[in-house]
Amino acid sequence: MPATSPISRCDPQAVIIRHGSDPHALVQILRELQAELGWLPREALTRVATALGLTLAEVEGVAGFYRFLHLRPVGRYRVLFSDNITDRMLGSEALLQALCRQLGVVPGAIVGDDPLVSVDRCSCTGLCDQGPALLVNHHQVVTRLDATRVAQMAELIRTRVPVPAWPAEWSLVEDRIERADVLLASPPAQGAALAAAIARGPQGLLVEIERSGLRGRGGAGFGTGRKWALCRKAAGTGRVVVCNADEGEPGTFKDRVLLSRHADAVFEGMTLAAFAIGARTGFVYLRGEYRFLLEQLEAVLQQRRAAGLLGSSICGVAGFDFDIVIHLGAGAYVCGEESSLLESLEGKRGNPRVRPPYPTESGYLGQPTIVNNVETFCAVTAITLRGAAWWAAIGTAQSSGTRIHSVSGDCARPGLYEYPFGTSIRRILEDCGAADTQAVQVGGPSGVCVAVNEFDRSIAFEDVPSAGAFMVFDRQRDMFEVARSFTHFFAHESCGFCTPCRVGTALLVRRMDKLAAGHGSPHDLDALFEIDRLLRGSSHCGLGATAGNPLRETFNRFRPAYERRLRSLHLIPGFDLDAEVSIARQVTGRDDPAAHLEQQG
Amino acid sequence: MSSADAADVFHLDGHDVPFTTGETVLAATSRAGRYIPHLCWHPDFAPHGSCRVCTVRVGARLVPACTLPAATGLVVESDTAELRHLRLRLLQLLFVEGNHFCPSCEKSGDCQLQATAYAVDMTGPHFEEFYPARPVDASHPDILLDLNRCILCSLCVRASREVDGKSVFALGGHGIDTHLLIDSPSGRLVDTDFAPTDRAASICPVGVILPKRRGFAVPIGERRFDQQPISAAEEGDP
Repeated sequence: MPATSPISRCDPQAVIIRHGSDPHALVQILRELQAELGWLPREALTRVATALGLTLAEVEGVAGFYRFLHLRPVGRYRVLFSDNITDRMLGSEALLQALCRQLGVVPGAIVGDDPLVSVDRCSCTGLCDQGPALLVNHHQVVTRLDATRVAQMAELIRTRVPVPAWPAEWSLVEDRIERADVLLASPPAQGAALAAAIARGPQGLLVEIERSGLRGRGGAGFGTGRKWALCRKAAGTGRVVVCNADEGEPGTFKDRVLLSRHADAVFEGMTLAAFAIGARTGFVYLRGEYRFLLEQLEAVLQQRRAAGLLGSSICGVAGFDFDIVIHLGAGAYVCGEESSLLESLEGKRGNPRVRPPYPTESGYLGQPTIVNNVETFCAVTAITLRGAAWWAAIGTAQSSGTRIHSVSGDCARPGLYEYPFGTSIRRILEDCGAADTQAVQVGGPSGVCVAVNEFDRSIAFEDVPSAGAFMVFDRQRDMFEVARSFTHFFAHESCGFCTPCRVGTALLVRRMDKLAAGHGSPHDLDALFEIDRLLRGSSHCGLGATAGNPLRETFNRFRPAYERRLRSLHLIPGFDLDAEVSIARQVTGRDDPAAHLEQQG
Repeated sequence: MSSADAADVFHLDGHDVPFTTGETVLAATSRAGRYIPHLCWHPDFAPHGSCRVCTVRVGARLVPACTLPAATGLVVESDTAELRHLRLRLLQLLFVEGNHFCPSCEKSGDCQLQATAYAVDMTGPHFEEFYPARPVDASHPDILLDLNRCILCSLCVRASREVDGKSVFALGGHGIDTHLLIDSPSGRLVDTDFAPTDRAASICPVGVILPKRRGFAVPIGERRFDQQPISAAEEGDP
């Protein structure tokens, strides 16, 4: 038992007051409280509920929704290994087991009321180009893990060295820009695009963005100018600009680099959007895994305020008032979906909303809201400065401009690669030094899997669309295991709101694990595809609708990877019959051949 | 086909269904005395859209009827082989997710989950059972909470908040671990101000929220959905 109640170590009131006792700040309040307490005791939840005018169950419901908030004690050192397939390919599982062995703990298990350390896995931390990576106490990251680093870490934990005192080079996050084009090459001068926009006026800016043909970089590819125009025209007072920096799609890390290197261009793009639609309020929804970027982003915001680029009368224009608040996520992939993101911004469980109404009509607290990706805002800044015609001349007719790819997996030079749309997959593979490539997963688990015979296809909305991830797999890799890893990811991240996704993703995992365990039969494949159809046909949001993509995409291209796991053409039970009667053998004291069931295969 | 052009009619499986402005397809259908299977929807509450059982086809799209705004001339398909099969599978997902033992359940015959399963010709679970370990909360003097049967429709959450003004319930957790929360320091029903007369006490479509000391007052075989199938029954609390 801990000597003192954890709550006595901190004053929830101070955190609550810092957020103006605003119930919409609930996720932020819980995050900050947990940063001090280590976990969220019921006593703390009760105090938060009382202070915010919420019920305890509501607060508990919100806290229980997010993977990085804990309603039970966790280790004072909370170590989370990034569990993307690329981390696994770099040996993360062996390193996790080694750390657990050295610390005498079991992955995912919590022993006692105040354990020194707990070790578990988490979804991709966006450090695939420098993995295996892990996250400590939902704050610091450790990159480029190896056996030496893990052994030293075990010793630091055993001797209770505080995480900030760990070797600084462990937390070094590199911005690996391997190929820069118009966005990554030269960030525009601070404020230059704003000056250009003010000269054009809001309507002129809107026309410019529409004429550029810019489509959203978050995945769906909705026309940015069209979205802004809808929001500008929407009834109702107040407008809100949200930057979606919840870069949760496994294998994607371009936004991390953009925020680290080009924060000014991102914030300027948001300010331009505010100018175009008449918004005064802005949010950056920063994924919890990127907590380590918070201080430097706040510093850029502060610097922009000092330069008159945020706040009231921006650039001296009376009535042009706009500011940006950074909201931290708490480990929920689904919050990358724009309506879930808005729920989370409002301090609620991140369940996707029923649409219509769309955010452009009714978004944050019912106000017309635009939600755009980090890269989209960077593009907006570039377009405003250099013109729609310049941007439209890059890429293809239906996909203007460039796309930044987060390249990871089996290649010599992982990192960011920016190309005009229309660039072939083969070209990207050559540039990143991939050899003997078997497949590329474009756009993350919810995207598409491309095999050798398709490498001449190009990245564009009209051919192979991409949300930014580009994971390379060589011929040594087992594409079934890739799909199984992604299937686990979707089940782990399902919000649980709708029946097909909540239950269906869990069933997919069971079937894929059954195949992996060698108990598969053709019937299991039929069952998997049936669940996939159910997910696509009836899920509430894109998470459920795409949860079967890895299965379908890999099965269609790498069928032998599945078929070699089938034990027979007949139905095989999901368990070992002979092992099931071992207790009966024990009881009867028999182990002769007649006491064993005949096993197939 | 009918004259179809009246300003306030959509088409459901070839029938004209009148609607008022702002009404959803399911609300209008229900008011017209027609049946689209559903579980998390209730005429007295705003739609939730989570169970997906009311999924219908509109052109190329499959959408839940409970959140679909009715529109003039909208062509909605519901009673088709495709949708009957989809609903059957969704029902089966709900059955394997929880622990549903109809023969020993007090709600049998009055249960919307069971009755809807009959309506879609469900004869077995089809998927493997999860058999989750879920608690029973028998702490309240008058009410039993058997969470084994919860389908997470949130009707009790909504009824307690919007009608009773108590907010006794909320949803917690995520993914397959999503579960019902009770708003009290102990997390038990006895420590709330929940009362058997609350609207939330009678809204559960399955057998989670049950009055104590009343068992099989109406014999099996004479209960609500024993008398007539759910497709012909009145909407409202079971």
